[in-house]
Amino acid sequence: MFNPETAAIRFGTGLSPNIAPPGSVSDILDRLSETDKMAARFPIDGFHIITKATSEIKRLNKLRRKEPDRSQELRKKVRKIKKKAKYWQLDWLQATIARGVYTDDAMRERLVLFWKDHFTAQGKQGVMKRAMSSYVEDVIRPNVTGKFADMLKAVTFHPMMLYYLDQVKSVGPNSVVAVKKPGRGLNENLAREVLELHTLGVDGAYTQNDVRELAKLFAGLTYERKGGFSYVANMAEPGAETVLGKSYGGNIQDLFHVTDFLDDLAVHPDTARHLAKKLVVHFVSDLPDPELVDHVTAAYLASGGDLMQSYRALLEHPAAWVMPATKVKPPIQFIISSIRALGVAEKTLMKSKPKEITNLVIAPMGLMGQLWENPIGPDGWPEDANHWISPQGLAARIQWAMSAPQQIRRDLPEPRSFVHTALGSRASQSLQVASARAESKSIGVGLILASPEFQRK
Amino acid sequence: MILSRRKFLQRAGILGCSVAASPLLTQMSFAAMPSDNRLVVIILRGGMDGLDVVQPYGDPEFSKLRPNLKFGEKSGATDLDGFFSLNRGLSDLMPLWQKGELGFAHAVSTPYRDKRSHFDGQDLLEAGLGMDGIGQVNDGWLNRMLQVMPDVDARTGFAIGREEMLVLEGDMPVSNWSPDTHLSLSARTKRLLEMVYHDDALFNASVSEAFDLASALGKGMAENVDPKLLQQQLMASLKGGSHKRVAKFAANRLLADTRVAAFSINGWDTHDNQGKTLKSALTKLSDSILILKQELGEIWGKTAVLAVTEFGRTARENGTKGTDHGTGGAMVMAGGAISGGKVFGKWPGLKEADLYQNRDLAPAMDVRAYCASAMQDLFGIEQTMLEGAIFPGLDMAGVSRIIL
Repeated sequence: MFNPETAAIRFGTGLSPNIAPPGSVSDILDRLSETDKMAARFPIDGFHIITKATSEIKRLNKLRRKEPDRSQELRKKVRKIKKKAKYWQLDWLQATIARGVYTDDAMRERLVLFWKDHFTAQGKQGVMKRAMSSYVEDVIRPNVTGKFADMLKAVTFHPMMLYYLDQVKSVGPNSVVAVKKPGRGLNENLAREVLELHTLGVDGAYTQNDVRELAKLFAGLTYERKGGFSYVANMAEPGAETVLGKSYGGNIQDLFHVTDFLDDLAVHPDTARHLAKKLVVHFVSDLPDPELVDHVTAAYLASGGDLMQSYRALLEHPAAWVMPATKVKPPIQFIISSIRALGVAEKTLMKSKPKEITNLVIAPMGLMGQLWENPIGPDGWPEDANHWISPQGLAARIQWAMSAPQQIRRDLPEPRSFVHTALGSRASQSLQVASARAESKSIGVGLILASPEFQRK
Repeated sequence: MILSRRKFLQRAGILGCSVAASPLLTQMSFAAMPSDNRLVVIILRGGMDGLDVVQPYGDPEFSKLRPNLKFGEKSGATDLDGFFSLNRGLSDLMPLWQKGELGFAHAVSTPYRDKRSHFDGQDLLEAGLGMDGIGQVNDGWLNRMLQVMPDVDARTGFAIGREEMLVLEGDMPVSNWSPDTHLSLSARTKRLLEMVYHDDALFNASVSEAFDLASALGKGMAENVDPKLLQQQLMASLKGGSHKRVAKFAANRLLADTRVAAFSINGWDTHDNQGKTLKSALTKLSDSILILKQELGEIWGKTAVLAVTEFGRTARENGTKGTDHGTGGAMVMAGGAISGGKVFGKWPGLKEADLYQNRDLAPAMDVRAYCASAMQDLFGIEQTMLEGAIFPGLDMAGVSRIIL
């Protein structure tokens, strides 16, 4: 059942010398219900800053074509904006780490990362490549404690997702646009991944025909640089579409048909099961306990897809607290929990330069197998412990544990006490002995952070 | 995604490293003769559009299906045989085609059908199973082949890169490393780490494998952790062209003890603006093949490279100058051991009635059959083994031999 260490390690961002772990399940849930303090303390810009930058680049490029003799000067300006965006991404990573390190509402940070991964969306080029955190700040973070339907709609209509899964140019085969411009037509990508990844799951009750019909229903969802998200009726397929056995739309092409569909989809039993299973796999075990999955599924369905009720169901079930811990922290969680355990001062962390963040976080995480905000596909990062603890993945974690802490905090803690700060009662006898025998403080601390007790959650 | 696709104790099997542990061997005797040949399998993740790589420009239906996607001469493609043309992204490989060191199989697919999910598709491709294998994926076909080969040790099979390579995973111990990874620790620290990992089977197995690999590759010799060196190594990993380092590393391993190497190349999911996106993925493939050839030297003559993907793409272009997930596609093969200069396979045609579900290129041959044929000729694996334990349910009847 509940214990504070497991609460901090499995459902939070780890133990800290300065912040007490949650005292009970309701303690965790109460903090989740209160205001999001970390968002205000370590701000991350919304997507508007990206929109502004891309419009500016577009304007400068247009000007360049008009005034060729100013080409060099204008190109420099474009490059400057792109560089600035690169720094935004690093700042936002810094804020993401700081939120995890200094929060007493740590499950929120874990949930944001969980849903960010569930709704993976990346930019493909230029400034958009830097934009993932701002998208998360806009549509994921504000919705992690609400109804799943609201997050699903917000994400599906966000320019990041519309671009990433190629929706922006998709038009109905018989739409006004397609009739005028032969060659324009459907793109199935978003429709497929919404069903396969975001809601029903690949085992869900849908067919290729549902994918096709949904692509027709989605036609019209697009993004305009000036107005942002928009639904363009001229791009929509005339008539109704039947998806998952129900007809949507009709004579009038309107966004309401799409939102109706997404509302239905959010409370589909297959969606409930798919999300419940993902939550259990993420927080508890790669081999999820069916009873626990059933319990979360039932709470999700009974509450009409209310996420707080689903988290409550997860946390109140004894199977969520079983030991030993079998899951392995993905690299970002490993790094956040290390910095948290090390008790790095806020001032020290927040004055890190972009180059330090690149060297101490981005590059090592890549070697651990997690290129920051750049997973291979829309299915996000793997969960499987075996995936992360491959020989080269573990080697990268060991290298980081042995070398990075010293660069983050000059006065490293004494391994003899740090082993308890970082692990509480989880520290094994052999780890206590080994870390005490290390050649130096940094190796001792490295052994503790690289240990299975610390790597598992 | 299928979780826990490998039982972690399988990796723990590395410690035992005993040939007797192989379950296939308890049922049958050694099937194969020792061989000096090399096999490289490249997994092309994302669904390569075979129709745009090896373009059937001689089929009059093709231009009707793809009025806006360029192909053939006007797109910079090179004629192969009067019917197919090769995408300009692979132009650098034309000398290999002329020497018979490059070939293709067209209208191939795995047994995966209908839901067209990348992730189930890739699992099935790497597991080498039929449709009934969905959800049953545990190990890969290359690993099952290693289990019936003689004189195999943990370096015979080598997966390269930071990604998991299911195709090579399984009960037979294999190696897995990324060229950018280093592990520099003193002997004393190593011993302490072994103590810390002793009671966790997964960590214990991984760390001993990491120590072995790092010392074998000369990346584990440092007496002390040198932050400066580590910094340089880290920065090198951030530079582009990692696919080139992977290919070079693979060649180095194949020149040593490795006989079967696998890695992946990403970026084939060309829903949008395919002309550009496909070219950049093809350039990576082309680079990788050319680096293997160059680095392998004489050994290239004993090498077969097979590049396979989870599915082909729609025969018709979509509405955004790209293609969506399909079924039949193409396979790329290269190497001095390849009987190349040919596009293998029976052309199913592109008329509406010829298409699979009036949508995709109809698969005329199971892609596993070509892989099996190569394994038969490179390593002497018996057909009954190939059609049974290695590729359950496969029928090799009618497949061409692709090895010289």
